Amino acid sequence: MSDTHAQSVPFVRESFIPEAPPPETDTGVVAWLRKNLFSTWAYALLTIAALYVIYVILAGVLPWLLNGVWNADSIQQCREILAGERGGCFAVLTERWNQLLFGFSYPTEAYWRPTLAFALLFVAAAPVLFTSVPRILLVATLLYPFAAYWLLWGGTILAPLVGLLGVIGGYLVYRRLIDRSFAYGLLGGIVAAAAIMWLGGFVVADQPRFLSLLPVQSRDMGGFMLNMLLGVICVSLSLPIGILLALGRQSSLPIIKWICVVFIEFVRGVPLITLLFVANVVLAYFLPPGTTFDLILRVIIMITMFASAYIAEVIRGGLAALPRGQYEAADSLGLDYAQAMRLVILPQALKISIPGIVNVAVGLFKDTTLVSIISMFDLVGMIRGPILASTDWGGVYWELFGFAALLFFVVCYGISQYSQWLERRLATDHR
Amino acid sequence: MAIHTDPPASGFRPSMLINDTRYRGLTFQFIALVLLIFAIAYLVSNLFGNLAAAGLNISYDFLGESAGYDINQRLIPYDSQSTHLRAAMVGLLNTLLVAFLACITATLLGVIAGILRLSKNWLVSRLMSIYVEAFRNVPVLIWILIIGTMVQQLPQPNAFRGENASASMLFDAVALTNRGIYIPGPVFGAGWTILLVVALLSVAGVVAYRRFALKRLYDTGRILPLVWPSLLILLVPSVLAFFILGRPVTLDYPVLRGFNFGGGVQIGVPLIALWLALSVYTGAFIAENVRAGILAVNRGQTEAAASLGLRPRRIMNLVILPQALRVIIPPLISQYLNITKNSSLAIAVGYADITATLGGITLNQTGRAIETVLLLMLFYLIISLAISAVMNLYNSSVALKER
Repeated sequence: MSDTHAQSVPFVRESFIPEAPPPETDTGVVAWLRKNLFSTWAYALLTIAALYVIYVILAGVLPWLLNGVWNADSIQQCREILAGERGGCFAVLTERWNQLLFGFSYPTEAYWRPTLAFALLFVAAAPVLFTSVPRILLVATLLYPFAAYWLLWGGTILAPLVGLLGVIGGYLVYRRLIDRSFAYGLLGGIVAAAAIMWLGGFVVADQPRFLSLLPVQSRDMGGFMLNMLLGVICVSLSLPIGILLALGRQSSLPIIKWICVVFIEFVRGVPLITLLFVANVVLAYFLPPGTTFDLILRVIIMITMFASAYIAEVIRGGLAALPRGQYEAADSLGLDYAQAMRLVILPQALKISIPGIVNVAVGLFKDTTLVSIISMFDLVGMIRGPILASTDWGGVYWELFGFAALLFFVVCYGISQYSQWLERRLATDHR
Repeated sequence: MAIHTDPPASGFRPSMLINDTRYRGLTFQFIALVLLIFAIAYLVSNLFGNLAAAGLNISYDFLGESAGYDINQRLIPYDSQSTHLRAAMVGLLNTLLVAFLACITATLLGVIAGILRLSKNWLVSRLMSIYVEAFRNVPVLIWILIIGTMVQQLPQPNAFRGENASASMLFDAVALTNRGIYIPGPVFGAGWTILLVVALLSVAGVVAYRRFALKRLYDTGRILPLVWPSLLILLVPSVLAFFILGRPVTLDYPVLRGFNFGGGVQIGVPLIALWLALSVYTGAFIAENVRAGILAVNRGQTEAAASLGLRPRRIMNLVILPQALRVIIPPLISQYLNITKNSSLAIAVGYADITATLGGITLNQTGRAIETVLLLMLFYLIISLAISAVMNLYNSSVALKER
């Protein structure tokens, strides 16, 4: 056979050529550089400009960061230690650490309480955020608000316990009545919860010392703790209110619809700072004479109003994005409005709205710094007020603001990364 | 075949108000309305009770009284003898000024950053990601304070003095000092109105030329060059007129006089801090909008246009941009709204916007909390509604015409 071939075909290679490595310029670092950084003249110029920008930033920040002083009593001492060299005076962070985190009038011996509450927040949030966490931990989520209240504000454990009992009692009544109709269940649940709490109030008043922690006034809360507090409380409160407002705005009942529209558009049309002015100086006029409402509660009310209007708009978007067929399918199954919303519409609409809700939550958390303008001492307020005004640390701007920016960045970036992860996981459309 | 008949009409029973879906809605609305009226009546009666107890009343007379405080950043004449209303007007114009300036720079910054973030240049796109994430995830108030501090660290006017001055002016025209940025200001001499007319006419000429070119394109299919003729029409007559009229508009350069700069235009430090901070902060958000808008245009559109034989520039101008803008502009306008609302943080750097004048000093001096806060909210509400009206107009004009 090979003989005939030898005559008819001049040359046949019997084996493969060994694979040659690709040309030097097409592999490794060189190729990557050529492809990603220097593919054209314009790109090369851009790259060089970017390198220069990075150099300028690093040259400014690195000596400041690496040469920083972490142990000193005042800015003057910092300057002595640095002796004219460039360097940050990070001693302010170590010396005022507790003030930055807890404000300046939270009792020192009680610092473990907010710290514990913060740690427990992760336990309570985990089953809500990650479905892989055992469902039994949802009990922790239910208990958390009451535990956190007890830890932060102190006082007798009976007060949050009565609240918890009220919620559980209300839920049990709701379960019993839900078969008749949603409205009955809701009404019955609320009445039962209110009754239990009212009765429990007598017990609390009777035993104010039972298992009591040192009580802390709201006005003593400050620092980053206040930001976290406002952020967590207002976001959790504004979610249900936002859902109700969104449903109201989509409702076919004109009066309810217009009440919701006016509320949402009004709140979205004014800056948060004016609402905080309302909380600070105006709200007291609208309350019955003699009521003393502490500022933090008034601020929570206003920020919750503000956030719920934005969340309502996000959820309205989700509701509008659902195909009409879903509404019609629910109707054709004979579900009433409450059932259709609870079982068919809201689960889907909320899923679509998650990125938007997280955006609002991040924005809201950032906006909690605005309370420093109505002279509350949150993280920014602490920095601008007691710390920068002190003779020891006047003029240490960059370290303090940098620290504040870093704290907020870590939290907000974390939340937005979580939201993107969740979005990918929930993506049920196959694209 | 069974024919469905209506149930026999029965009389109205009160239980139908809850159980009959035809009436249930009315019942709920009635309850809601009554609750709302009661809530408002309760709040208002509290208000009047509290006001009476404190010996106060609701009155806007204080707007006519002399304000008694100075505002250093002002667009209209104002002194401490002027009324509170005048102070509020100054603040209002300042709000609009900083919002307008910040909208322009934030858009520029955002568009550039958004496009660069999509660049295939690895380094540049990473750098832009860092910019966007860093600014989006830190409160705007902190950025305003940081940039406010930065601006205050600029050299004093004194540093520009003498032979071995430690600071120098850029191009001998712009001085960056901690009392403000000084830039050359125009001085209008005789004949500048004629120059203005010439300039306006040449703008009209450019528009006319572009229309002519478009008509020609549609009629004959021939493409006329657009860029350089437009530039010629725009610049040549104005430049000629400028020299023929004997330079009617000259620049007044800032110079050191005494302890400070004189001449030119001074832009105050608070304005610059707020302007810069709002621009870079909102720019990061706009960059994300721009990126999302460009990514929203299907790749198939680019390929389809290329297969029609269009060149890359034309693909961008005729196919990608019109579709991307439809996605970009609505969130862009709501970012403008955010800029206007965030400008109320001016108080943190001492810029005299309306929140600082009306809601700050006037409120503190007169103690008229309800009236001032109400006016303040009304002002922002009007701006927001105006901007959303513009947005709705735009949306309806670019909405896909669906059957």
